[in-house]
Amino acid sequence: MTLLTISLADIIHSIDTWLNQTLSPTLAFAAELVLGGVAIIGLVIVMAILMVYAERKVAGFMQMRYGPNRVGKWGTLQAVADVLKLFMKECLTPKNADKLMFAIAPFLVTAVSFMTFAPMSFAPGVQFWDINIGVFFITAVSSLSVIGILMAGWSSNNKYALLGSMRSGAQIVSYELSAGLSLITIVLMVGSLSVKDIIMSQQDLWWIFKGHIPAIVAFVVYIIASTAELNRAPFDLAEAEQELTAGFHTEYSGMQFAMFFLSEYSNMFVLSMLASTVFLGGWMPFHIPGLDGFNHAMDFIPGVVWFFGKTFAIIFLIMWFRWTFPRLRIDQLLKLEWKYLLPVSIVNMIIAALITLLNWQL
Amino acid sequence: MEIIKKFTESEDEQSFVINIGPQHPSTHGVLHLKMRLNGETVVDVEPNLGYIHRGIEKMNEALTYKQCVHLTSRMDYLSAHMNNQAVSLAVEKGMQIEVPERAKAIRIIMAELQRLASHQLWWGCLGLDMGAVTPFFLGFRERETILEIFEESTGNRLTMSYITPGGVLQDIHPNFVADVKKWIAQFKKNLPEFDQLYTGNVIVQSRLKGIGILSTEDALSFGTCGPVARASGIACDVRKRFPYDGYEKLQFDEIIYHGGDCWDRYMVRMDEMKQSISIIEQLIDNIPSGAYREKLKGVPKVPEGEYYQRVETARGELGVYLVSDGGSKPYRLKYRTPNFANLSALRSMFIGQKIGDMVAIMSTLDLIIPDIDR
Repeated sequence: MTLLTISLADIIHSIDTWLNQTLSPTLAFAAELVLGGVAIIGLVIVMAILMVYAERKVAGFMQMRYGPNRVGKWGTLQAVADVLKLFMKECLTPKNADKLMFAIAPFLVTAVSFMTFAPMSFAPGVQFWDINIGVFFITAVSSLSVIGILMAGWSSNNKYALLGSMRSGAQIVSYELSAGLSLITIVLMVGSLSVKDIIMSQQDLWWIFKGHIPAIVAFVVYIIASTAELNRAPFDLAEAEQELTAGFHTEYSGMQFAMFFLSEYSNMFVLSMLASTVFLGGWMPFHIPGLDGFNHAMDFIPGVVWFFGKTFAIIFLIMWFRWTFPRLRIDQLLKLEWKYLLPVSIVNMIIAALITLLNWQL
Repeated sequence: MEIIKKFTESEDEQSFVINIGPQHPSTHGVLHLKMRLNGETVVDVEPNLGYIHRGIEKMNEALTYKQCVHLTSRMDYLSAHMNNQAVSLAVEKGMQIEVPERAKAIRIIMAELQRLASHQLWWGCLGLDMGAVTPFFLGFRERETILEIFEESTGNRLTMSYITPGGVLQDIHPNFVADVKKWIAQFKKNLPEFDQLYTGNVIVQSRLKGIGILSTEDALSFGTCGPVARASGIACDVRKRFPYDGYEKLQFDEIIYHGGDCWDRYMVRMDEMKQSISIIEQLIDNIPSGAYREKLKGVPKVPEGEYYQRVETARGELGVYLVSDGGSKPYRLKYRTPNFANLSALRSMFIGQKIGDMVAIMSTLDLIIPDIDR
């Protein structure tokens, strides 16, 4: 029982006090930054390996086959084998490629996806950087990945890669609007952009239940828009093997390809975390207003378990889409965004604003 | 269509040329397409053939008739039984042999099973090309059982060479009838699953409807055949127009749609699958007993003359033109393959469409490149 009462926040707090006692304040701060960075990188890598394994198993079971089951018990070491293989492969640079851009592009995309972890709150009291514009920071930084994709496509000196990166750039830039607007719908109802405030405001009930129709519409729009932002099916034209070999990362192999791969999965993780934070309560357990006994029982499950459970549920949903639907064509995709999703999100946001202004008197 | 100008000339300065294939995940075989694109729109396309030309027609001139049958399996390998049937019928026409009733019934059942297997693969690859990976596995699951049935009776899964001049090579396995009936029961249960997953999906419909329209005049002038022509309103099912091997006694519908777009070609094949099942069901319980082959003495010699025989493969009308000089080897054995004719309609369907549609059109055309190149 004593183990359950030690929370993640306590461990971090005790490390913090110990560092401040042994080192000077600036050095302690620097050490904390480094430790936090290493922890996040470690988390991302572990999550990426888990998600790659999960994707292949989920795909397998949905297609009536086993998925990897030879490497390690139940195929658990398959992702490790894949990473080792990618390590060993030679990274070629095409002949007339722009060498500097070609080399930087994977790092840019990966760095951006790491940076978005900063304002996320994994458990009560566990947050790398609690700034007052958390959600805005995440949305703004994740749009930088477009630059990396365009750089990759252009510098490859390959028509297919260029076509793929142009498509991908157009797609990502369009869908960011809907994703951002649907997040703003909830932010309006909360009144603050800070991640901590958004989670604390869901203490009585999660926004997807509390926000009624605007929140549900915003959730659906957000899931569609983030599937499109991740370049995942049904919006994966950028990597449409059947049309353009591999799109913007055609010319990359080895570790550089691994970086693109890693950034795709960690972006999926980030956007799922954001969905679970803003719509499903983050680490806040499921409370029903009025049922105190039920709420007390829910509190026994640690916040970190709630958080990762919700995130994995949304990741599973996104994976489910990939193995069910065929791909949309680029003009159908852009039409979906500009003619359907964007007007719906704008109207939704206005309704949410009205509801908030009238203090839910409707 | 206006006089076709050469591919290299184009007034469009914004356009660039891209090569699709010959190695490409979505061309169904080694087809090299030179496409001139303006952004995402196709301005012109020129197919480049010959990557899998093996000289089958020339080789035939050095082989006896029974040996020629083996090579036909390798042309349109997804309609292997029907290709074999075409050459066998041509030889039988020349030698004026009467095939026993049992052999005719077995031939039809094998041909219709082959048609179903081919359409299953087509459906799976259509899903795969569109981006949905799951239909691929569903289609192949059904096809796998059919291939096992083939292996049991004929010894081979893909290149069977089972239908030979005179009848079939050996009698069907004792389990054949029971296995086929079991498969039909299972397939009838699974076919609505396909419709549920794919046909009713709004993304699929928006990617197939109104794409790659082939008008009836164009379909006629290019000489297209099979489901491609039937989707454009041309009634050209050889099984109905020039019946062979007992098709005239069977009840089945000829599926004709009039839109000529990818969706109609899709629906024609889906409906054809149901017709094939009804044909098999009519025959499977009443296979006549008797000889399974009219034994040909020695090396068969076809009397001098020219003989033409047409057969409906899964992709259209396969014509075999046999010119014999009285010997045991053909003087000339020419194949009029359905895929070659369907390929010629490619250009009119592509121009003006986007790259994403290219994949949809190629999949619904259902081309098998070895059939084009022979």
